[in-house]
Amino acid sequence: MSNATLSDKRPSSLKGATLPKWFAWAVAAGSVALGLGISAAAGLDSSIQWALIAAALFVIGSYGISARVEGRRQAKDRIATSLIWVAFLLAVIPLASLIYETIKRGVKVLDGYFLSHSMGVVSDTEPGGGIYHALLGTLEQVGIATVISVPIGVLTAIYLVEYGRGKLSRAITFFVDVMTGIPSIVAGLFILSLWIVILGMGYSGFAGSMALSILMLPVVVRSTEEMLKLVPNELREASLALGVPKWRTILKVVLPTSIGGITTGVMLAVARITGETAPLLLLVWVTNFINSNPFKDPQGSLPVYIYLQFANSGGLGPAYDRAWAAALVLIAFIMILNLVARGIARWKAPKTGR
Amino acid sequence: MAKRIDVSGLNAYYGSFLAVEDISMTVEPRSVTAFIGPSGCGKSTFLRTLNRMHEVTPGGRVEGKVLLDDENLYGAGIDPVAVRREVGMVFQRPNPFPTMSVYDNVAAGLRLNGKYKKAQLDEIVEKSLKGANLWNEVKDRLNKPGSGLSGGQQQRLCIARAIAVEPKVLLMDEPCSALDPISTLAIEDLIGELKERFTIVIVTHNMQQAARVSDRTAFFNLAAVGQPGKLIEIDDTERIFSNPSVQATEDYISGRFG
Repeated sequence: MSNATLSDKRPSSLKGATLPKWFAWAVAAGSVALGLGISAAAGLDSSIQWALIAAALFVIGSYGISARVEGRRQAKDRIATSLIWVAFLLAVIPLASLIYETIKRGVKVLDGYFLSHSMGVVSDTEPGGGIYHALLGTLEQVGIATVISVPIGVLTAIYLVEYGRGKLSRAITFFVDVMTGIPSIVAGLFILSLWIVILGMGYSGFAGSMALSILMLPVVVRSTEEMLKLVPNELREASLALGVPKWRTILKVVLPTSIGGITTGVMLAVARITGETAPLLLLVWVTNFINSNPFKDPQGSLPVYIYLQFANSGGLGPAYDRAWAAALVLIAFIMILNLVARGIARWKAPKTGR
Repeated sequence: MAKRIDVSGLNAYYGSFLAVEDISMTVEPRSVTAFIGPSGCGKSTFLRTLNRMHEVTPGGRVEGKVLLDDENLYGAGIDPVAVRREVGMVFQRPNPFPTMSVYDNVAAGLRLNGKYKKAQLDEIVEKSLKGANLWNEVKDRLNKPGSGLSGGQQQRLCIARAIAVEPKVLLMDEPCSALDPISTLAIEDLIGELKERFTIVIVTHNMQQAARVSDRTAFFNLAAVGQPGKLIEIDDTERIFSNPSVQATEDYISGRFG
């Protein structure tokens, strides 16, 4: 063999030097301590600064020590791992602090009374009042938007995946992509000019729902499309080979197999539009009274409620507390929707039976 | 019940690519016909033209005639869905419906095609599972998911599902290539029993299998990659494996080529 003449750099044993498991934690603790020390010595008072110094020290430190003890490959592995951890923490910190702040400020006035009363006879400067009118409006507007866009979106996705060939499907895919990028204010202005200015209709929850469904539709189409593509072609062929017509194959085999993922996609789309403010401000307008009819007259809605309460509060007082409590309700609503979606996805997922 | 297949002058295309050229053959009822040949020679493509599954592939197109007891499957006004009820198919990889139980998998072809009474379905499911030699293994877990069975059991479940709709012809596309020898044996035994009731066409890469299970064997070959696959010869299995009339067949079977 010609290899024999080459010097073999590999160590004779397969066992290399390894650092103990607590090494990463020790370096983390050390770099946090060092980061705090450096910022104290330099007189820096921002917590972001010592955290960044600690993060940088952690990455450099674990690489340096590991390269010396374990070798370059393991050191590179450690640097990649620690970079991912730093990125993860950077992403989680805003989320955690947002939830913490919202809960801390939101629970002050959040109770059964707050959820079941409107602002009808309460002025912004007075305590009391609640979000019932806004919660009702949001549920109705989002519900109608979902009823409009889910059938259209799912059917579009079925067309694109199961039937679409050639120019038409390419054009639809393109326009769905374009729709994904439409700013919500533009969707609002479109419905405003069409529904209220040209057709002469008044402000209503339904007008807002139409704008919301424009925003929701591409998300539903895209996620449903991806889920349908995940269904193995073998299942479609198995069903067709049994003499089952294509439409029944889609209805009874393809959709049941992917229903969990489709539901998750729809719920995420609902979560996305629930927080939209701009189109509602243009189309639904506002009211402090309970209006349960989404087809006539302005309605309340949570995002607009939060905006107005905060805008009218001047940064303190009862309206300020109400804005935070309403924000907490909005976040909780979206989180519950996400949990429900996950539950449905798990419940409906194809079973392995083992 | 079983029907004869008569193919004449059949060409199968993928888009503009001619995959299978000018095939003519007869498949006798209540017999097993095996297709052998190197990969890419068009065996599976040709098999899929026999129940109009070829055209499910985008760009798939067929010219020529396939007579099922004197009725041309590619004639005007023929409904491919009706054809597939007459000519069932078992695929290479077991593909039970993941959302359905063992029972629902077998009943799927019937349920998706019309209404049946519960007692009637029970009877057909039991008969089909017995026909596929699977009943004893699954009779206590009919309501468990079909994907929880072993690979060999899943493949027999797929066979049960295919014979539950009482087709006249059963096409099998390498049904044992993903299975171990024991499961393969179970399925080969099953093929021997099924040929009493159905016309069976099986594609296989395993020459011993073709010799064991089939009455007649067809050898396919292609001149070069990119050339269309052709039927070289079809004859009684014994003759193909002992004294084929074409040299290429003998070369392939004896392992001197391919």
